[in-house]
Amino acid sequence: MAVCIKRVADMETRFRIAADGRSVDEAGLKFDISDFDGYAVEVALQIREREGAGDITVVSLGPDIVQEQLRKALSMGADRAVQLKTDHIPFDGLVIARALADALRDGAYDLILFGRMAIDSSNQTVGPMTAELLDLPCITAASKLEIANGRGTARRELEGGAELLGFPLPAVVTIDEGIARPRLPSLKGIMGAKKKPLEVRPVALGEPHLTVKSMELPAERTGGRILGEGPAAVPELVRLLQTEAKVL
Amino acid sequence: MANVFAFAETRGGALRKVALEAVTAARQMADATGGGEVHALLIGAPGVASQAERLGQHGADVVIVVEHPALAMYSPEVAAATAAERVHNGAYRAAVFSASAQGKDLAPRVAAKLGVSMAADVTAFELSGDAVVVKHPVNTGKVIATLALTGAPAILTLRPGALQAAEHARSARVENAAPALDPAAARVVPQELITGNNAKLDLGEAPVIVSGGRGLRAPENFALLENLAAAFGNAAVGATRAVTDDGWRPHSDQIGQTGRLVSPDLYIACGISGAIQHLAGMRTSRTIVAINKDREAPIFKLADYGIVGDVLEVVPVLTDAVKKAKQH
Repeated sequence: MAVCIKRVADMETRFRIAADGRSVDEAGLKFDISDFDGYAVEVALQIREREGAGDITVVSLGPDIVQEQLRKALSMGADRAVQLKTDHIPFDGLVIARALADALRDGAYDLILFGRMAIDSSNQTVGPMTAELLDLPCITAASKLEIANGRGTARRELEGGAELLGFPLPAVVTIDEGIARPRLPSLKGIMGAKKKPLEVRPVALGEPHLTVKSMELPAERTGGRILGEGPAAVPELVRLLQTEAKVL
Repeated sequence: MANVFAFAETRGGALRKVALEAVTAARQMADATGGGEVHALLIGAPGVASQAERLGQHGADVVIVVEHPALAMYSPEVAAATAAERVHNGAYRAAVFSASAQGKDLAPRVAAKLGVSMAADVTAFELSGDAVVVKHPVNTGKVIATLALTGAPAILTLRPGALQAAEHARSARVENAAPALDPAAARVVPQELITGNNAKLDLGEAPVIVSGGRGLRAPENFALLENLAAAFGNAAVGATRAVTDDGWRPHSDQIGQTGRLVSPDLYIACGISGAIQHLAGMRTSRTIVAINKDREAPIFKLADYGIVGDVLEVVPVLTDAVKKAKQH
């Protein structure tokens, strides 16, 4: 199995825009494995535990600093890590997918897992694009996944419903939340991770066609108008919904 | 002048609201190029062609209808192959999909098949020279990125509710076509569609959302929100992650960064303090009302109108008031 993970900033913070106007100021931010990618690592570990065998490679694209997240995945229980070394992480999902597909093509993986999306860029494109480039069957945003006898069954949450799909291995699956809570690395895991292989493979990125022109903080809502306390405030609320907001 | 492609999403043989939004967006884009045509792709089981007329009413000049008995459910590989073939042959300036569960699955496959980049979960777009410039919320909605997408076709997924579906009366020409991939040859096989209560409005489609958090205190108290939603008549009931994690409400009702991203005309947050992850899912609602006991709750900073009080006391009174207002 291979699991592709991304290094992202912790979202529980107040972001500032960097001086270049096109990125987030990283000073003081904490970084971790993107939420959904963490679930994907956990899913791989659980499949290996159920099957009683299996080798797990974690892959991350970016500068050397992404080794922190690769080491964390190794400490959770992955066997080996590959850093696809670039000087930055591009925004264009196709550029990333091409680099990943090249790296994964000869790996003979039965299952390639991704998080459903990176929590920072929120594109949800790299997993299915990589699958297309590798010509592998793909399930996106799986909230349940069962693997047996070379086949898989997955559940996907829809708006007001869900769907079940079957697929053969090898395949690419992107993981939604709710499927597995990622384990915390044990002390033994952290010590062991230092001895596990981490291969650094420089890759050349293609030319992007999706680029960031600018980033800004959303306009603060001018809300904060408290109409009153308790049921007594309801008539004023209804009046405003009718006359001002015009939604009633 | 250039033509624009739109993917018309269906479920159970009926168009979803996002399909009309995608066609509306494609119409705007085609008009912005100086008046090209909008070609909508409609895929489903035999009979789905009956939906073509509504696409025309929203601005489609041509509806490409692909009917096949094995396509009652969305088939990712058949839809991707068919859309990619059409987009490739049509030489479109842009191809608009929905940033729905289906569209987010489909559009990246199509983009990769065509070898073009795409912009996802777009809340606004404009043509600017040889680029399409889009807005896309990142970092759980706390930062808005302005992106430039170059190359043609420009593939994008449009966030549900980002624009209002608009009438654009014209009668579309219907063109019948075969799927580009035989459904029997697809590796990923749809097995079952599970739908909730069909009588209920979906969160993505409802103009009004009544949403509840831990402040409801017990799962049975969600009946109060169901009553308020019924009083509006066009409302759906949502919930916070805390509540869905505890099993009070189904996972599919969760509104937030990791659940549904919604933009209704009116969002009524009941007993919701306003955790960042929840706000990320509803902050683009047009009007926000908050009812919460804690005057310091972050939700009040976002809300247009707030009432400090116990939801169990306020909501029934509001329900009666809404019923009266609706009678007039």
